[in-house]
Amino acid sequence: MAEKQTDDAFVEFERVQKSYDGETLVVKDLNLSVPRGEFLTMLGPSGSGKTTCLMMLAGFETATHGDIRLGGTSINNIPPHKRGIGMVFQNYALFPHMTIAENLSFPLEVRKIGKADREKKVKRALEMVEMGDFGGRRPAQLSGGQQQRVALARALVFEPELVLMDEPLGALDKQLREKMQFEITDLAHNLGITTVYVTHDQTEALTMSDRVAVFDDGRIQQIAPPDALYEEPENSFVAQFIGENNTMLGTIKEIKDSVALVELDGGAVIDAKPINVSDVGARTRVSIRPERVEVDKNRLQPGAHTIKAEVLEFIYMGDIFRTRLRVGDNDDFIVKTRNAPDQRRMQPGEQIEIGWLPEDCRALDA
Amino acid sequence: MSDAATDPDKIEGPTPDNALRAADQAARPEKVLAADGTPLKRSLNRALRMQKMRALLLIAPLLLFVLLTFIAPIADMLFRSVENQIVSTTLPRTTAALGNWDASQDPVPDETVFEALYYDMFLAAEAKEHTKLGTRLNYEETGISSLFRSSGRKLDDIGEDRIDALEDLNETWEDAAFWFALMSGPEGGEKDAALLDAQRERMAELSGHSYSGDIGFAPAAAISALLPRATRAYTAFAIFTAIDDGDVVAEEEPWEAVKIALSEDLRDPDSISALEDYSGPGAAELRAAQPVMADMPPLDFRQAFLDIDEDWGDTDNWQTIQIYSPSYTSGYFLNAVDMEKTPDGPQFRDEKERIYWLLLKRTLFMSLVITGSCILLGYPVAWILANLPMRTANLLMILVLLPFWTSLLVRTSAWKVMLQQQGVINDVLVWLGLVDDSARLIMINNQFGTIVAMTHILLPFMILPMYSVMQTIPPSYLRAAKSLGATNWTAFWRVYFPQSVPGIGAGSILVFILSIGYYITPEIVGGTTGTFISNRIAYHISSSLNWGLAAALGTILLAVVLILYWAYDKIVGIDNVKLG
Repeated sequence: MAEKQTDDAFVEFERVQKSYDGETLVVKDLNLSVPRGEFLTMLGPSGSGKTTCLMMLAGFETATHGDIRLGGTSINNIPPHKRGIGMVFQNYALFPHMTIAENLSFPLEVRKIGKADREKKVKRALEMVEMGDFGGRRPAQLSGGQQQRVALARALVFEPELVLMDEPLGALDKQLREKMQFEITDLAHNLGITTVYVTHDQTEALTMSDRVAVFDDGRIQQIAPPDALYEEPENSFVAQFIGENNTMLGTIKEIKDSVALVELDGGAVIDAKPINVSDVGARTRVSIRPERVEVDKNRLQPGAHTIKAEVLEFIYMGDIFRTRLRVGDNDDFIVKTRNAPDQRRMQPGEQIEIGWLPEDCRALDA
Repeated sequence: MSDAATDPDKIEGPTPDNALRAADQAARPEKVLAADGTPLKRSLNRALRMQKMRALLLIAPLLLFVLLTFIAPIADMLFRSVENQIVSTTLPRTTAALGNWDASQDPVPDETVFEALYYDMFLAAEAKEHTKLGTRLNYEETGISSLFRSSGRKLDDIGEDRIDALEDLNETWEDAAFWFALMSGPEGGEKDAALLDAQRERMAELSGHSYSGDIGFAPAAAISALLPRATRAYTAFAIFTAIDDGDVVAEEEPWEAVKIALSEDLRDPDSISALEDYSGPGAAELRAAQPVMADMPPLDFRQAFLDIDEDWGDTDNWQTIQIYSPSYTSGYFLNAVDMEKTPDGPQFRDEKERIYWLLLKRTLFMSLVITGSCILLGYPVAWILANLPMRTANLLMILVLLPFWTSLLVRTSAWKVMLQQQGVINDVLVWLGLVDDSARLIMINNQFGTIVAMTHILLPFMILPMYSVMQTIPPSYLRAAKSLGATNWTAFWRVYFPQSVPGIGAGSILVFILSIGYYITPEIVGGTTGTFISNRIAYHISSSLNWGLAAALGTILLAVVLILYWAYDKIVGIDNVKLG
């Protein structure tokens, strides 16, 4: 993730809107700029507009309004085949009637590249994805993971500067998916190409990307590097969509020196860091990550805020313990603790005191 | 694609199927036993047998139906295309006698052939089978039909003077009972059962029905040895009288042929010498008749037939009979390819008489044109249907299927209305001034009309398989091709089209095979230049009644289709044909 962020925007969306039926907007006022060489992931639930954005960028959908620029020039009126963008499809879309080598050769042929050159490039691309021996096979003779690699090689063989990937790992099993995640990011960074990756899998987004754009309701809710996205969500949608989260509704009592005093609906008053709340008396949703909650009094950091809780359920998950608590009127408050030798296993019904640092507790919109 | 990913044959490593396979291999050396100790294979077979039986029972009605109404008639037609038993069953002795005849040495066969012909024809004429043979041989040589017909009527006149002489000598020769007694021999005497059976069999072959059953007569062995010709003829007469006419043999006067046979026997030196020892019934009458018959001039069968019809002296007629004597013939097939059997082997007919080869070529050519136009017209339609939303596609599909719900005759007749010279299209063209009223286009009763009408009728058979194949081609292939830099045309031609070829193949096979055997439409709109070989087959089935030729033409058509199918399999591969 140590990619240098250059300033020149390679891909730009400016005030882009898209409507299919003329009544509702699927993409609402999208502004996005992707610097050269970045691995950007578009993450969001289905129907959030992320795939539409990708298709507009690839040229298969036209923007209803706004401007899409690639390398500084508007590509609104450029047909897909002239955009020079590599694309990996969800089902790979390898041409079943061609061999692997022919599949890879196809983009070179339509670019009128000489035969010798073509063969060299195909060979190099196949070796790049460790599929050098499979050139003569047909797609149907390959496993899902192998087809995935070939699709990747095909999207890269004509050396595009931008590669789009539309949920390319969706059809693979978990182990293979994790392996391929690593390989794809590795390849993208080594080649220095700009990648726009669409997924609804947040783990995939967090592990692969330089930056993640979280989509919801046709808008980008937050665009940030994975760590910032996870630790500093800017609104309650992002907080709840990325990772697991404990949320409690409350009302702002007071804001002072970037510390908000929140009165939870259950009556307790806690400190929180105000993010997108400003007015006293406004409803808020405070959010705290399960692993940032401390259940052992002795380990509480100085300045930590404590609150009473009742243990409802204890789940042993191997590497961690997952404990469900009742805090205030929220009886779905999750705490994750590491399975360390000195970690106590709590019993249901036990009354305990838990605590967290005020800066880990974020007051977001309700 | 995802199917392929899970295909166990193509994945190495631990998949459930591979594990099963490995376990299978490991277990093979020792025989696996079921819980009760029987070999597992046998237990499995027993368990599956019930299922198989049930499945067989379920398809049995259809299987029987197809066997009876489809396979059997086809087999029968194939058989008919080579079957030619009618000549040798109607004229068995003539064809046997003709075996030695050589047309190049002797333009007309000798007396023995004509004698055999007389007895064969007499029996055939009594059984009314001679006209059938005449019709059959008329396919090969025009005029034989009328020759047989007229000869059959006049056979009774042959040797009239002998019969008169015999009956003048003693009226008992007109007496049915006397004849019956003469031929039956003394009561309890030895009978010639072999002759009776042989004649029964011969009659059965001749008229095609069984002649078994009691006829109240059996020829005496003694008389059979003494008068072989007369006994044979009388036995045939007796069988025919008893079975076909249902009369009592002893009450019916024998045919003229029997009396002629008797007169011939009485002139035979062997019989003359044997007659002295004969003491059975009618011995006196026979001895009395013998010198009279011996003194009569010899009966010239050849001249007698020539007197009836001089065409019996025509070498061609005799050659035709000789060539078609065998029970199986390639003659129908040779006819079907414009050849004919000649004494010098198969030869092509005159240029002017060749029609089947022309028809076959025309049928193939027009079927190809129809298939081609169906592809051209159907492909875009199938494409649009496959790429429209389901609801719209289903609606449009009704339009494609609409012709199926209209009678074929109505559709064809509609084209007649559209295309004829006083028809809708010509009227519109004239009205628009594009065509002069005196020069209206001829668009029907020719090849053009047939191609237009059949393309329209067969179009759904092309669109449906193409549509169902195109539906399975995901749009992402085209997108992928475009994203890889292909223009719309390249993406279509290099990526979409090859994947739609199985649909085209399936549609083409359907349309081509349907059109090659199409009958009704070419019959109605084809005129003379637009008819197919099937129209000729129909003509031979229903008008000329030359079923053998029709069967041969049908067999050739079937073979052509099978060969094309085989070639298609070799070139394109039948696995590549998909109906959906």
